Amino acid sequence: MILAALFFYLFAGVCVASAFMVIAAKNPVHSVLFLILAFVSASGLFVLLGAEFLAMILIVVYVGAVAVLFLFVVMMLDVDFAELRQGFLNYLPVGALIGALVLVELLLVVGAWVIGAGVPKTITAPIPPMDAITNTEALGLVLYTRYVYYFQAAGIVLLVAMVGAIVLTLQHRARVKRQDMAAQVRRTKAEAMEVVKVRSGQGLT
Amino acid sequence: MSPIVEMPALLPALPEILLVVGAMALLMVGAYRENSVQLVNGCAFALLVLAALVVYALPSGRIVTFGGGFVLDDFARVLKILTLAGSAATIALARDYQAAERQEKFEFAILILLSTTGMLMLISAADLIALYLGLELMSLALYVVAASNRDSIRSTEAGLKYFVLGALSSGMLLYGASLIYGFTGTVNFAGIAKAAGQGGLGLTFGLVFLFAGFCFKVSAVPFHMWTPDVYEGAPTPVTAFFASAPKIAAIAIFVRAPITAFPEITPQWQQIVVFVSIASMVLGAFAAIGQRNIKRLMAYSAIGHMGFALIGLAAATPEGVQGVIVYMGIYLAMTLGTFACILSMRTSHGLVENISDLAGLARTKPGMAFFLATMMFSLAGIPPLAGFFAKYFVFLAAIKAGLYALAVIGVLASVVGAYYYLLIVKVMYFDEAAEPFERMPGLLKVVTGVTGIFVLLFFVYPAPLVSAAAAAAKSLF
Amino acid sequence: MAEFWTSYLWPLIIMVAQSVLLLVILLVAIAYILLADRKIWAAVQIRRGPNVVGPWGLLQSFADLLKFVLKEPTIPAAANKGVFLLAPLVTCVLALAAWAVIPVDIGWVIADINVGILYIFAISSLMVYGVIMAGWASNSKYPFLAALRSAAQMVSYEVSIGFVIITVLLCVGSLRITDIVEAQNTRFGLFGWYWLPLFPMFVVFFVSALAETNRPPFDLVEAESELVAGFMVEYGSTPYMMFMLGEYVAIATMCAMTTILFMGGWLPPIPYPPFTWVPGVVWFVGKAFFVFFMFAMVKAFVPRYRYDQLMRLGWKVFLPLSLAMVAIVAAVLQFAGLAPK
Repeated sequence: MILAALFFYLFAGVCVASAFMVIAAKNPVHSVLFLILAFVSASGLFVLLGAEFLAMILIVVYVGAVAVLFLFVVMMLDVDFAELRQGFLNYLPVGALIGALVLVELLLVVGAWVIGAGVPKTITAPIPPMDAITNTEALGLVLYTRYVYYFQAAGIVLLVAMVGAIVLTLQHRARVKRQDMAAQVRRTKAEAMEVVKVRSGQGLT
Repeated sequence: MSPIVEMPALLPALPEILLVVGAMALLMVGAYRENSVQLVNGCAFALLVLAALVVYALPSGRIVTFGGGFVLDDFARVLKILTLAGSAATIALARDYQAAERQEKFEFAILILLSTTGMLMLISAADLIALYLGLELMSLALYVVAASNRDSIRSTEAGLKYFVLGALSSGMLLYGASLIYGFTGTVNFAGIAKAAGQGGLGLTFGLVFLFAGFCFKVSAVPFHMWTPDVYEGAPTPVTAFFASAPKIAAIAIFVRAPITAFPEITPQWQQIVVFVSIASMVLGAFAAIGQRNIKRLMAYSAIGHMGFALIGLAAATPEGVQGVIVYMGIYLAMTLGTFACILSMRTSHGLVENISDLAGLARTKPGMAFFLATMMFSLAGIPPLAGFFAKYFVFLAAIKAGLYALAVIGVLASVVGAYYYLLIVKVMYFDEAAEPFERMPGLLKVVTGVTGIFVLLFFVYPAPLVSAAAAAAKSLF
Repeated sequence: MAEFWTSYLWPLIIMVAQSVLLLVILLVAIAYILLADRKIWAAVQIRRGPNVVGPWGLLQSFADLLKFVLKEPTIPAAANKGVFLLAPLVTCVLALAAWAVIPVDIGWVIADINVGILYIFAISSLMVYGVIMAGWASNSKYPFLAALRSAAQMVSYEVSIGFVIITVLLCVGSLRITDIVEAQNTRFGLFGWYWLPLFPMFVVFFVSALAETNRPPFDLVEAESELVAGFMVEYGSTPYMMFMLGEYVAIATMCAMTTILFMGGWLPPIPYPPFTWVPGVVWFVGKAFFVFFMFAMVKAFVPRYRYDQLMRLGWKVFLPLSLAMVAIVAAVLQFAGLAPK
């Protein structure tokens, strides 16, 4: 277990440190790169928990796709953080107040952390037993049956996001030449070509 | 096969399934067929009506499915039918507007359909995950339709503002939900109710955050800031939609969550609701006075009315919930009627939105002026119009529950509010005539007429709505 | 102490030794794959290719390596130094990391994890970062354009690769790589491997693998005719070599993956003696090299795609096709009762 504990502290430390660097880094691209590092460490933590499927999906989805697009946008936008920080001091009191409030609340909550007598009974045990089945299979068993409602609902939320993005950004530009491969392939020799015999010195009429 | 992997019953969710499948089919139609806007709009309208019929026809009683995440009871049935009516009316209202403003996009109807699906899910939500998914599905489509007129700076600003603030409120709601889950060990409302007695401080904090999210969605003070800007900036049919269906769904979950999940700590959430209610009523009454733009005015009016509706929730009794449902039903009719009139405010220069443009409407368009005046009187709560009964039921419930101060403040706020509603009537009937409006499109006439007659004649035959609301309220307790 | 030795240190040492051994073999193999690439290309064009260093040019790659290592690395003044140097490292390390889960024979693997195929997929989806980071950190226009292009390209083709993997997984019922190979172990031998029953997916996978590794005809990342050399313009010496190395290791990974998913891994083509007497690793390496040969041939005779054609192919052809195949395969397995378990 020493090894697992060692890796836990490694991943957890890197995760927290890089999460801090996300907000502390001057350069937005560095922020995104630190965010990616945080994701990767988080997936390391998942592996330590025995949730290897989640770990891999976290990397594939968040790091491999979402963060790439994020990085893409940040690189193109050329955000000037120095300029953004101009107004920083003006909002500092309000921000500090809200931050302090949330902190106090968190402390209160942690301080008041009493699990009621009846609560442990309501917590459902993970189904089915962890050692009998890999967690990919376990997820697959319940995702499309027991939790089909949430799964489908989440899918529809994503569909709305997609439709929304298209509605708000797609522009049908007229007079843009597009390649229609089917049309190109469909052309035959008869319609595409005309063989003309040109007598020398006379040219085409 | 162990019982875990059994397929849950799908029948109770038939209306939602119908809407989603229909929306996806219409998406295909719209994407692959030229000039299919009218067709898609028509089909969407038919789908919404069909879904309402299905809701009505589903087996009665309380049905729970999807592992306790989805509940179909009388409360859900009544509010679902109201919501579907609101969405269907929006599509009817939008038709002529889209044609006149050259904003014919088939996606509008589809987003309305999907948003309505979210609302139905929200109304039926019986655990925190279903609640969040329904809420997010509803809001995401709303953000998009708010910005749907993307060439207008005001519309895009409205969409963006709504989105940013909405995301913040979703975050708070999620934070609250996670606290509640942490302290009770379950996301199911029934399970939370069982464990809530021992939740302590953490649970209360979770509840506060949850309420913050709800308040944002119903545009109640102190989370109302987005309402005037979004109402003003969004295209008018979208504003009409914002003012009708989503409000009903949000109020539904606002009522269902505390009453079914936190009956043990009623006094604690009651005081929050009382505060929110008073603040909304007062702000709605006073802030609306200075408004020149009628959409902005309707925004403040909506804030005020949400305050009134929440009085019923503050009572936390079956009468109170009945009052909320009656209030929402009548408010739906009033707001749709008013927006049908606002959508008819079209001069030769296009759509106008200022109250001064209504001047002398009684001379140029007596019919429209009459119906708009009816709506205004009803919104002000003057007997014997429907708006009076809406307020009557919630005040009665509040007094029965011993909340005298709340009822008194409510009455005072409605007196102040009456001022600006009556001001509009005065402008229409006693001011010099401004430029006359163009002819009112037929569909808007139908919507105005139906809602106007409902508002006028509600006192003759109130039984259907009132008794349905009573049955619905009973199913929650 | 004894317990500490047996339960921690010894397995650790074994694991490190295995990794080092794998790395050494892999790197030597890469040196010859690189040479093979150039030789095949040359042969198609009726040239000789590298033939000076060593007999038949066999030591050419090592000479190149020495040359790169001995040169002075230059870092552009305006570059973002940290990210600039991190980029080749990321490329190289990630490419090598994928090999931790690739079995070349039964049990010949460092870690036979439950979600092996997902792990490779995850690693290959991270490969894009090397390119993006290099392109951005160079602070120069050509590399930046190349980075943007390639980010879009690699993300696009990842989607169809994902779907192809899903179709295979549907047939296997497990994400463990050993299981994927074993599932192809039927009495039909060669014809029971998934390239035949899932034929369209095999083609989609092969083409997507070309695009994912930025091989010609999809090497728009480098596109020397329009972007000079793409994201590597500002690189030289060891960092450049690490990019090359990472690229070729990724190609080798893709060859191995094609072998595992569609060509039965280490299984003999005819499941009867004398073929079963040959060690599995020979079959595995042979098949992987055959796939690499196809990679090299494609490079030699298919002209480069235009960028919009590349995107069209990815999103409008492969994505719908692979999505439809997922549905079809799932339906066939379900209704024909062939589904695993």
